[in-house]
Amino acid sequence: MTEALSFEKSRPGLPGPRLPAAGVQALPPASVLPAEALRQTPPGLPRLSEPEIMRHYSRLASMNYSISENFYPLGSCTMKYNPVANEAAAALPGFAYLHPYQEEDSAQGALELMWNLERALAAVVGVERVCLQPAAGAHGEWTALRMIQAFHHAAGEARTEVLVPDSAHGTNPASAALCGFRVVEVRSGADGRISLADLESKLSPSTAALMLTNPNTLGLFEREILEVAELVHATGAKLYYDGANLNALMGVCRPGDMGFDAVHLNLHKTFTTPHGGGGPGAGPVGVKEELVPFLPRPTVEKQDGRFRLDFDRPQSIGRVRSFYGNFGMLVRAYTYIVAMGGDGLTQASLDAVLAANYLRGRMEGLLDLPHRGPCMHEFVASARSLAGAGVKALDVAKGLLQRGFYAPTVYFPLIVPEAVMVEPTETEPKATLDAFTGAVAEIVRLAQDDPQRLHEEPDNLPVGRLDEVAAARRPVLRWSPAQESPKELVEQP
Amino acid sequence: MPYLVYSDEDRAQMLAALGLESVEGLLGDIPPQLRLQRLALNDGLSEQETMDHVRGLAARSRVYPDRLSFRGGGVYRRFIPAAVAAVTSKPEFYTAYTPYQLAASQGTMQAIFEYQTPIAELTAMEVANASLYDGATAVAEGAMMAVVQTGREEVVAAPHLHPEYLEVLRCYGDGRGFRVRVGTSPDQHSAALVVQQPNFLGLLEEMPALTRAAHDAGALMVACVDPISLGLLAPPGQYGADIAVGEGQQLGLAPSFGGPHLGFIACRQELVRRLPGRLVGEARDGGGRRGYVLTLTAREQHIRREKATSNICTNHSLCALAASVYLTYLGPDGLRQVAEISFARAHDLAARLARRPGFELAFPERAFLNEFPIRVPDAGAVLGRLEERGILGGLRAGRWYPDLEDVLVFCCTELNDPAALDELEAALR
Repeated sequence: MTEALSFEKSRPGLPGPRLPAAGVQALPPASVLPAEALRQTPPGLPRLSEPEIMRHYSRLASMNYSISENFYPLGSCTMKYNPVANEAAAALPGFAYLHPYQEEDSAQGALELMWNLERALAAVVGVERVCLQPAAGAHGEWTALRMIQAFHHAAGEARTEVLVPDSAHGTNPASAALCGFRVVEVRSGADGRISLADLESKLSPSTAALMLTNPNTLGLFEREILEVAELVHATGAKLYYDGANLNALMGVCRPGDMGFDAVHLNLHKTFTTPHGGGGPGAGPVGVKEELVPFLPRPTVEKQDGRFRLDFDRPQSIGRVRSFYGNFGMLVRAYTYIVAMGGDGLTQASLDAVLAANYLRGRMEGLLDLPHRGPCMHEFVASARSLAGAGVKALDVAKGLLQRGFYAPTVYFPLIVPEAVMVEPTETEPKATLDAFTGAVAEIVRLAQDDPQRLHEEPDNLPVGRLDEVAAARRPVLRWSPAQESPKELVEQP
Repeated sequence: MPYLVYSDEDRAQMLAALGLESVEGLLGDIPPQLRLQRLALNDGLSEQETMDHVRGLAARSRVYPDRLSFRGGGVYRRFIPAAVAAVTSKPEFYTAYTPYQLAASQGTMQAIFEYQTPIAELTAMEVANASLYDGATAVAEGAMMAVVQTGREEVVAAPHLHPEYLEVLRCYGDGRGFRVRVGTSPDQHSAALVVQQPNFLGLLEEMPALTRAAHDAGALMVACVDPISLGLLAPPGQYGADIAVGEGQQLGLAPSFGGPHLGFIACRQELVRRLPGRLVGEARDGGGRRGYVLTLTAREQHIRREKATSNICTNHSLCALAASVYLTYLGPDGLRQVAEISFARAHDLAARLARRPGFELAFPERAFLNEFPIRVPDAGAVLGRLEERGILGGLRAGRWYPDLEDVLVFCCTELNDPAALDELEAALR
């Protein structure tokens, strides 16, 4: 199934929608504005009627997998159910129709929500303050590093390096580079955990911070985290927590207690705000006391029962985005936290760990499990045992798509060959985990019996395997009238 | 507990499969002294109680009627066709993951490809990316493209660039190692000249002349534009800008106290490999069927790590979808009309206000579109009187510009009907 582009369906003679009359006396723009300020040719937007628009997008929607319909066993991505009450809350006019520049007195409810959310997140991760401004996880990482950079700068130190484990998410080194830091990689040991010896050899007076996630991207808890923190702090560097894997730890233990100085969170992972097909997310950053002066401004403060924005923060790194962050996403996460409570969040993490270990156990004998369990909320398997049959992790992923499951994260972390990284989350029923196991078993069987068949999957989705190499060689990044459209699409009813 | 799916029996079965009696058996790697006794939050609530609590908070803020909101400053009330929410609230769109698995994400992929096209059309640039966070970070990303492209370490920002965009630009510059100078004369050290059109006060800038000044200095021109204005105003491509960025909130997104909104970025073809974030391109599968892929990914963090053009990963895909539906709904005629109605209403309001004693346009010689600065006798008193009538008046420019104390910036859109203008005027009598 394919669908013509809105542009290909556009019909030149179709008038635009009806709009209200201006209803005022005013000269036409062309008589008031200088000619050079005016547009010469109208933009080539499509012309479609509302019935055609609605059908077009309904068809596009039907081409997507989504958490509402499919299991996403995506390691490190924490694709859990998105409560519909969150959506209802964010749509309340008292949130959705607030102007960011209306007076503080008229926006007390919004400020109170931000204040409450900050406290709740601080309690979960064990920090002093939380900044809600960053728009996404990577943005939060970068914000935290900017604060660490400013902290060292204020102390009169020029620390130019950031240490990143070889198992880290790609945004870690990218965020560090965007702050002008040199990235130094720290190796993992044979058990998949950070190597203390290698860490020690890389730490120096130039080290600004170590970026770490715990559990790490293999789903393993860094047992020596307290020793790691001690080593890092002894050199005067800061310890940064990548919150991608926080879903294992709510109510169990806290990054702040482990010695982390700055923590970013992905509200679109742990706190159930939807991914939206690639955002918007939200990436709050929590910090310990020493970093508080450097928080982006404004902060929300409470004084005599009234909430206000505090811009007077002389050591602040400034702003990382406009206004106060992705407020609509903050409302959703807050609604989830209120509904779950401390008891519910704790149970969610325990269930997430249980689900991952259960599924990991069921993978035994099907895929390689290169690291000893137990795992935390996710685990990494390897498809290298299928290599003899010419089958790769990618084929396993595509085979799962064929069978109605989204694919696990593959080829990440980079330190495991043919990695298949699975994170079930706490919102997938046991029956779903069992069905997933059945699908993997079928794929492993097919790898032995008919690997060619496996290479051809998926063949039940709107498209098969797309030629990305050819697409990158001569990129077509937009529709243009000169472009040739597939005949069968344009002529479809 | 809401949203949890296991019964105690499920848990017991899953533990039994692992040869365990308690989930504690899975947590042995955590040093005991780190274990939390209790998460210090209230216990959970029923959905009914949760919604009561959240509604209570929502009720503690004042919601001004659309037609009586005259405040802009980067966030605007616009009429949002029902089609927009009907599309973005489809769970197949809003609960989908980032489209890394192409065959299972073609709906999102095609929607983004379609979004890239009208953004390129609106700005009259050759290519646009899949979206950024907001207008402020789009300015910063555009400036960083110019820094890398030119190898220069200074960015010049025109006065009256949105003050928050300027602050974000400085924050990125401090981290990345480029200076930000406010002015309009780029020189041989300047990577880019950043100009907002219309500017934060609503006034039009002389974009062709400023573009020439940037190019004469060997700098790139980064135009920060209002997408609705492009129904009427010259697009960046028409005056030769190299990079066009902006805030897309007006394209079908609610104000939401400042976010989530939409950053857009578009550029000339030769800069495409410097673009931050995702790009969707056309591709074919083995059977010759057309589909869409994430392309030129060698720019991105998950491939290039520290050598990526940006660290952006999650962007604002769902907001881009809203913008695409909005623009498709309006079409070229609708977009121009929305801009024209807003223009007419704002000019009518400006003329009416300027006739009031003690009121005068702050920059009478400057052209504007649908937002304008006006000097009033006492900004606080004027806003107070409007507030009493339930009207959200103009934005106080003095908050950012000491020389513009007692200047209010009013905006009009298609939502501020003629009767609303009468009410505003009457409130000042």
